Amino acid sequence: MPESTTNLDLSQKSARVELMSGVAEEPGSAKPDPMLTVDNITRHFGGITAVDVTHLEVQRGIITALIGPNGAGKTTFFNLITGFDKPSPGASWTFDGQGISKTSASRVARAGMVRTFQLTKALNRMTVLDNMMLGAPGQRGERLLSSWLQPLWSRQEKDIEDKALSLLERFKLLEKKDDFAGSLSGGQRKLLEMARALMTDPKMIMLDEPMAGVNPALTQSLLGHVESLRDEGMTVLFVEHDMHVVRHISDWVVVMAEGKVVAEGTAKNVMAQQAVVDAYLGAHHDTDLGDDALLEDENFAAIEAEAQQESEGRS
Amino acid sequence: MVFNRKKTETDTPAAVAEDEVAAQGVTADISETAAAVTAAAGGEAGGPLLSSRTREMFGYVAWGLGALIVLIMLLAFVGVDLGWPTRVGDNMLDQALDPQTAAVAVAVIGLNIHFGYTGLLNMGQAGFMLLGAYGFAISIVEGVPLLFAVVIGLLASALFAVVLGVPTLKLRGDYLAIVTISAAEIVRYVGRATTFNEHTGGPQGIEGQDFRGPVTDLSFFGTGNFDIGSLDYILTGANSWWMRAVAWAVVLLSVGVVYLLVRSPWGRLLRGVREDEDAIRSLGKNVFAIKMQALVLGGLFGAVAGMLFVLPSSVVPDSMGRTLTFYCWTALLLGGAATVFGPVLGSILFFVVRILVTGIADNTVPDSVLNTQQAGQFGWIVIGVSLMLLVIFRPQGVLGDKRELRFNA
Ligand SMILES: Nc1ncnc2c1ncn2[C@@H]1O[C@H](COP(=O)(O)OP(=O)(O)OP(=O)(O)O)[C@@H](O)[C@H]1O
Ligand SMILES: [Mg+2]
Repeated sequence: MPESTTNLDLSQKSARVELMSGVAEEPGSAKPDPMLTVDNITRHFGGITAVDVTHLEVQRGIITALIGPNGAGKTTFFNLITGFDKPSPGASWTFDGQGISKTSASRVARAGMVRTFQLTKALNRMTVLDNMMLGAPGQRGERLLSSWLQPLWSRQEKDIEDKALSLLERFKLLEKKDDFAGSLSGGQRKLLEMARALMTDPKMIMLDEPMAGVNPALTQSLLGHVESLRDEGMTVLFVEHDMHVVRHISDWVVVMAEGKVVAEGTAKNVMAQQAVVDAYLGAHHDTDLGDDALLEDENFAAIEAEAQQESEGRS
Repeated sequence: MVFNRKKTETDTPAAVAEDEVAAQGVTADISETAAAVTAAAGGEAGGPLLSSRTREMFGYVAWGLGALIVLIMLLAFVGVDLGWPTRVGDNMLDQALDPQTAAVAVAVIGLNIHFGYTGLLNMGQAGFMLLGAYGFAISIVEGVPLLFAVVIGLLASALFAVVLGVPTLKLRGDYLAIVTISAAEIVRYVGRATTFNEHTGGPQGIEGQDFRGPVTDLSFFGTGNFDIGSLDYILTGANSWWMRAVAWAVVLLSVGVVYLLVRSPWGRLLRGVREDEDAIRSLGKNVFAIKMQALVLGGLFGAVAGMLFVLPSSVVPDSMGRTLTFYCWTALLLGGAATVFGPVLGSILFFVVRILVTGIADNTVPDSVLNTQQAGQFGWIVIGVSLMLLVIFRPQGVLGDKRELRFNA
């Protein structure tokens, strides 16, 4: 039912709530207008199953958070659907109505699904501006045959540079534009990578822990940017460990644990689901859960951790 | 090991998946390790290893040496007779302008596209040269017109690049290195095999006079001798002004082409691939195609270099083997990878410095200690040692950008 999205103005919170209110809060639930649909995707590393997702839909035009404990398979899932890794046979997934299970990473990006990396991939020995300008699609000057004739591409190059500069300004990197990307701090590299991904004019952006290592003030403004991307109509899927961030900007949350999607729902509801609590606790304690005393200790630890998170978020 | 900071985390297992068990961690990318070694030695990160005083002193020594080279050659050129230093200067000047020096410069320009800009480890540039030379020489011997003979040489080399690139460019850089080094050896062995004697002339190769004709016929320099300063050659012929003009004109042209290419968005793409293939892939670029273009283009420069190399002499397979490839690499590192003029400067310096060292050793050390032949070998040892010093003190080469070293990719 694509019309249900087009009728709604998704930059309005109420519209997004209304859109998702009809969606069942269970793993693999159907969405009104999925941008990305994934079926039967599995990936084994030796003996362990890193990813085993039977069905997942990502709604168009909203921000979906992908959460889960360390080693849940989030990054591997990203790698699989963006063509950086190959799943076991039998998997299929479509993006914007287009089957992309058999295509390469670069084709996936050209189709409009662009991703960033958990371990940032800044091009160290190139300037920040060059990093950005590499992101622009369809560059005439990147074709070997026309590259040596500057008049053929100089106008386009100017436009790309303007676009890059305005994005850099937005991400507070403008004064760094002529520095080597290798000289940036870890957080600045995250910003650069995100800005560079936006240079490709994606329909959907997949961010792997974009806020990790970014200071709180900048996180705030980044969240603002992510929301404005959504308001411009982009679909956002992002991995994040900070529950405050998740609660703050996500319209929908998908929870992974041990490779599987164990829960879906709005941020408010999903945290309360038993499967989610189990997933997080189970990840930290693989001792005998039958032991009553241990259970109490775990509850205590969980509460303590949450309290600490709360206070961190406030300060 | 401190240097081995290769990321083996879970981020992009695409490459790992292909050889999951076998190669993880074992094949730490050669280029990466090399970069790390050089950076640790000379870059900011390696502070404790060498004091900045030592490095500064090395800088003065290097500048002094450069000034000495230019001075000796100038004195020789204007004909100031100082005895043996003038003779050495004459030799240096002759070598600096030699068409084969120009040929090596073109080969290094190609290698610079491979390694300097794209990060491809081509360990068989001499193979590309040899194929270009064979394609060209055999065609001319068979009566093909000059232009087509050149095209045939280029095609042979391009085909070689594609054949080597298809299976290796999707894998890590090390594989290309291994494949190119052995493929170049195969070309040489096939060339020197007596089976194809009729065309290749086996180990003796093809005499220069059999294919030089069409090129010398183009000369508008006339006949006879011509001398400027101490330089005195025939105008047209094998070891002639014409050959020098042709060879250095090609060098200039190649520098011009590379200058245009690397400043374009295409050149930016090459450097992007050198830094991080996966990042470039994630931006929707076809990395395989880019690497293939770079491999073929650098190979074409190699083919042209091969033709220039054999024109003043002859096609001898054994003169275009591993040694020549390593000369090319030395010249590249000496001049500065990923710079436009570095390959040319590096090639000239490489040959000239060796003559200087050999000349000094031969003329100052008594024959009982070091005879002329041993002095020649001593020259090579010094070249090897200087290369090590270079990697330690100035890893970016003479013209390289020091800033780049702080961040080993
Ligand atoms: N290349 C690989 N080789 C072997 N095992 C891997 C590889 N990549 C991932 N794994 C395993 O797959 C599982 C999922 O890893 P993944 O990186 O997807 O987790 P994640 O959810 O992104 O965790 P985090 O939140 O810590 O980033 C882990 O158990 C990990 O050890
Ligand atoms: Mg991860």
